[in-house]
Amino acid sequence: MKIIACVKQVPDSEAKVKAENGQVSWGDAPLVINPFDEFAVEGALQQKEALGGTVTALCIGPASAKDALKHALAMGADNAILVSDAALSTLDTAGAARVLAAAVKKIGDVDMVLFGRQTLDDGSGITAAQTARVLGWPLLGLVGQIKVDAGSVTVERVIDEGRQTVKAKLPAVLSVVQSIGEARYPSFMGIRKASKAEIPVWSLSDISTSAPAAIVTRTELITPPSREVVCEFITGETPADIAETLVGKILAEKVL
Amino acid sequence: MKTFVYIDHFKGEVQPASWEALGLAKSFGTAIALVFGEGADAVAKTALEYGADEVLLGDDPALSDYRAEPYASTLTALASSRTPDLILLPTTMRTRELAGMSALDLNSGVLVDVISLEIQDEKIVATRPIYEGKLLEKTVCSAKPQFITLRARNFPKPARETGRTGTITKVEAKADALTTVEGYSASESVVNLSDAGIIVSGGRGVSNNPSLTPPAGLDEKQAEIWRAHQGFALVGDLAKALGGAVGASRAAVDGGYIPYSHQVGQTGKVVTPDLYIACGISGAIQHLVGMRNAKLIVAINKDADAPIFKLARYGVVGDLFAIVPALTEAFKKKLGK
Repeated sequence: MKIIACVKQVPDSEAKVKAENGQVSWGDAPLVINPFDEFAVEGALQQKEALGGTVTALCIGPASAKDALKHALAMGADNAILVSDAALSTLDTAGAARVLAAAVKKIGDVDMVLFGRQTLDDGSGITAAQTARVLGWPLLGLVGQIKVDAGSVTVERVIDEGRQTVKAKLPAVLSVVQSIGEARYPSFMGIRKASKAEIPVWSLSDISTSAPAAIVTRTELITPPSREVVCEFITGETPADIAETLVGKILAEKVL
Repeated sequence: MKTFVYIDHFKGEVQPASWEALGLAKSFGTAIALVFGEGADAVAKTALEYGADEVLLGDDPALSDYRAEPYASTLTALASSRTPDLILLPTTMRTRELAGMSALDLNSGVLVDVISLEIQDEKIVATRPIYEGKLLEKTVCSAKPQFITLRARNFPKPARETGRTGTITKVEAKADALTTVEGYSASESVVNLSDAGIIVSGGRGVSNNPSLTPPAGLDEKQAEIWRAHQGFALVGDLAKALGGAVGASRAAVDGGYIPYSHQVGQTGKVVTPDLYIACGISGAIQHLVGMRNAKLIVAINKDADAPIFKLARYGVVGDLFAIVPALTEAFKKKLGK
């Protein structure tokens, strides 16, 4: 099995993100592997353990995004590839899908491409679907369990309405959710291996493609007004007193 | 302007935000509803009652179960032949796939989870939250038809005119399925948090009622879950008295107290209810990003320093096992139930 886990680097969830001169700024908050993508790496490693083969972590980003790939390597991925090119500064989701698909083709003989559900930054959650469409491969979205057998993959999809069992021929594109299992922590050996790893950087010409023109563009970035709420603490002699006061306050807000 | 509105449903159960999309499309001009699925004619009729000018019905065995590929290809074919200016969809996990694929086919763009729309110089400008809602971006799309998925409860829902009729046109499906659905089991508790006007949520704190004695023979973890179930019963009673839905923090879901479908937050649902009552939730950032746009937030927690109180308009520092049932009773009395 040749498995690719696509990862992205994003500011940590705790980061105070704001708009500064029309650009997104997260101050000195650390950049991390997108937390949802850790499930993609975890799912890929589980399949490798079950069936043998290799796991390659794939990322589009600046040179600093190698750290996200090193996290995947430390978790146990065999290889990592960074696609980085000055021409990729304005990439929309469709463009990212086209670049990822070109990289997947260049890697060659791939059986499965795994994504996380969405990223913390843009959050559109459509890159897996668009990459599948570019490749012409089946999409299995929101996967919580994977079973590969004789050139096919059967998954359990975790959807709002329940669980759905869906089958497709390989190669296929999957987006993986947390039901796949808690993402493993990098081992000490893994971290050591990752820190020494030389991560190849591919330019657009390396993957025989050009920069896709962005169809969707941002015209304005806004820091939403912070909620000026001061909590009014309700007190009272008994729970019933507190409840009566609180219900009166809630009803007076006329939101119901 | 001519707008396609994709009516998202699962086995005939419509995501209510589809009607919000239909209402918005009507305000722009002609609204053509798209209803896909074998035997979905009841959904098509409802779309007319919510004001669709026409319904394109893909009632075809090839579209019997939702699968991304044939649905996307059918949408692409209809958009190519009928050339709408705009395609609106409610934001769901299905429509993210569908809009993403079809937009790619048509060399157009998708804006996901849009919370407001304006038309400036004949261009549609869409505002959407990014970075977990820490920022908003205004975006434009240079191609047509533009795909926009709308976040639930951010646009008005049109009134339903029972008995309104209109044209339902059957359309051909593109049967290029790449996947087969082999089984389905319904969730043990179906909950639609995205469309809920009132949400009462429980966190880790719901399992901490010291006055309860679990039945004999349970190990420590089983006893914790048993306690949590008693706690969530109180949360559920309050939600029921208010006609709301039950939510949960990730800690409660990871603890096995309640199914994942109830989870609010980064790895669960992002919700915009009118009223959000957090019970025993301390307020990790991963939870706050999922509910901070609720109109009114009320928190009950035993720790006065819990971060949830920074977002709450009203707070009670105290024992949720006493406060929540008292609230249920007080609401029942006031609301005359």
